[in-house]
Amino acid sequence: MNDSSKAEATEAVGWSRIQRGHRARPLEWIAEKIIFIVSHSAILMVFLIFFFVAREAFPILLGSMDSALVQKVIPASELDQLSPEQLRSYLGLTERQYAEMDRETLRTLMQVKEEEAAEISAEHRQDKDARVNTTGWRYLVLPYQWSGYDQPRFIWQPVGQIHKYNIIPLLVGTLKTTGVGLLFAVPLAVGAALYVSQLARPRVREVAKPAIELLSGIPSVVVGFFALLVMATVLQSVFGYETRLNAFVAGTALGFAVIPIVFSISEDALTSVPRSYTQAALALGSSKWHAAWQIVLPAALPGVFAAVVLGFGRAVGETMIVLMVCSASVMSWNIFDSARSITTTIAAEMAEAVSGGHHYRILFLLGALLFAVTFLSNMVAELIVSRFKLRLEGKR
Amino acid sequence: MEAPVTGSRINGRHFRAAGFDFASFFFTGLTGLATMLILAILAVILLNILVNGWQGLSWRFVSTIPRKDFFDPDTTGVLPMIIGTTTRVLVMTLFVIPVGVITAIYLGEYASGTALSTRIIRGAINNLAGVPSIVFGLFGLGFFINFVGKNLDAMLNTSGPTWGQPALLWASLTLAVMTLPVAIVATEESLRAIPPGLREASLALGATKLETILRIVLPQALPGIMTCAILAVSRAAGEVAPILFTGVAYYMASLPKSLADQFMDLGYHVYVLSTQSPNIEQTRPILYATVLVLLLLTFALNLVAILIRAHVRKKLRALH
Repeated sequence: MNDSSKAEATEAVGWSRIQRGHRARPLEWIAEKIIFIVSHSAILMVFLIFFFVAREAFPILLGSMDSALVQKVIPASELDQLSPEQLRSYLGLTERQYAEMDRETLRTLMQVKEEEAAEISAEHRQDKDARVNTTGWRYLVLPYQWSGYDQPRFIWQPVGQIHKYNIIPLLVGTLKTTGVGLLFAVPLAVGAALYVSQLARPRVREVAKPAIELLSGIPSVVVGFFALLVMATVLQSVFGYETRLNAFVAGTALGFAVIPIVFSISEDALTSVPRSYTQAALALGSSKWHAAWQIVLPAALPGVFAAVVLGFGRAVGETMIVLMVCSASVMSWNIFDSARSITTTIAAEMAEAVSGGHHYRILFLLGALLFAVTFLSNMVAELIVSRFKLRLEGKR
Repeated sequence: MEAPVTGSRINGRHFRAAGFDFASFFFTGLTGLATMLILAILAVILLNILVNGWQGLSWRFVSTIPRKDFFDPDTTGVLPMIIGTTTRVLVMTLFVIPVGVITAIYLGEYASGTALSTRIIRGAINNLAGVPSIVFGLFGLGFFINFVGKNLDAMLNTSGPTWGQPALLWASLTLAVMTLPVAIVATEESLRAIPPGLREASLALGATKLETILRIVLPQALPGIMTCAILAVSRAAGEVAPILFTGVAYYMASLPKSLADQFMDLGYHVYVLSTQSPNIEQTRPILYATVLVLLLLTFALNLVAILIRAHVRKKLRALH
């Protein structure tokens, strides 16, 4: 009964059954249209984000970037034999840039390219890897035996003569830190949500809930700083591993950032389970704990699951904490080794990447991947929550 | 499951508690401990920063523009970072509040809750809230700088890049896109809190819908809109990842003079001090002090907004 009146109240707040008294004046009609248009800005923004991040990464997907060290060189004397199209793509110019250049500049550019090619040492010229376009998908996701290695390996090493862009070490690093973070945060946050929403006395609840939500107000750069200076040392002396800054420290610190989000969403879900469920259980002789564990938690399980999914999205996307705590990209599943996540790589390497170059575009590709992953996890969480709400309202 | 009746432990609050229920006791304690642990983590972080940062904090520290070497504890200061962070947050507020409020008005007052378009808008807002902050940084670089800025430069025929490079304006706009969901959700909440009777009364007296919204609903919602500004500001003040490529500078000798300038930032400065210091023991005091300033600034911005809100509330109450 309580719930139905609540649902009615939220509907009635709008203008559901009220018809307009006056016909809108022309100026108001325009204002209302403007409100209508501006309100769609969130959709526009999501679209723009996807479009402009993907736009910078597109040449990689199309395979039109070439990161090989040794490339085909056309002597400057052959300038006149090339068609404008060929010349433009050879020099990597945009149409506007090409239109602004005169013959002399073009010739100089070609000479520069020629000289650059001449400067590559004989040792690199011999190397079979120097002719490989490392932005091909094979080199991005499959192990490859680089010269100097005795077996095929996953290597992320974007700086140097030969750019190694294998993204698997970054994925593993992300999964490592995220996994540790969720393993640490989810039990704590869900346990606390269960306690605060079902078991605690009202006075405890009034203090604990805003305090835990205050944790989300601490900037992630401050959490990273705390992990770097204090936690790393403490955890090392407790667990006694070798590398001081590793995925374990980063993951634990990530947990601090994930706890508030998992807590507040699962607390919401637990609180929205009708009070009558608990009352019925208690009336049948169950203890408070059993009512919470066997009645309320199963009823709120979809909501709690959504909280975990959103926590996952947050942990995957968190940048500063992992950036400050560990950075070396090592292909290893050991959580006590260092790790480099996708976000960290973007943040650390964008400054040194040449705008429009292959490194720059690979980083945007990683960003698009990240966007896709969090977009998907958001959709899943939202679907679960909306179904959960319908079920609680008894509409399904 | 039934625990033996001991008699001495009777708890009158449960019917079942004629017997001591060990499982209930244990698990209630366990979840209570989880809560305590989270609160303890929060307390340790805040106390650690407060205790260690207090010593390094002085008037000279917050009012000095540092020289090139800002790792030296005796001559360094954080004035440009404080100004940079405050400015970028204020400029962001100018953009995000109007858009956020208008969207919330549409969702709360015009849209029907079940229509497909409304559901799509809500989905977009939820998605925007979940996009990683570093992706916003990439978006700022790809859209504002490389697309809008470069085209603006080409249109204005500037000599050299003016807008097609990292700038205060681009950082603020990127943050505005990031905090849009916070602003919308908070404003909508405050619109929902206004009793429908007020709207009905206004309409009954012959006002149009827009008049009702502008004259009745919005003034009532003003404290709530202030709250939404607080939330957006406190979220944005500590964010570093979105501004990494869109406007922050490692070092600047002077304060930013226009929106096209780069700026120094407190959060980014914390990152620089803690990861690039040549001697971490020596920089530790100023690092802690900088973190404390960042936290205090966040709280101070909050406090100002809370005071404004209290003032507005008092005024509104006088109106009734």
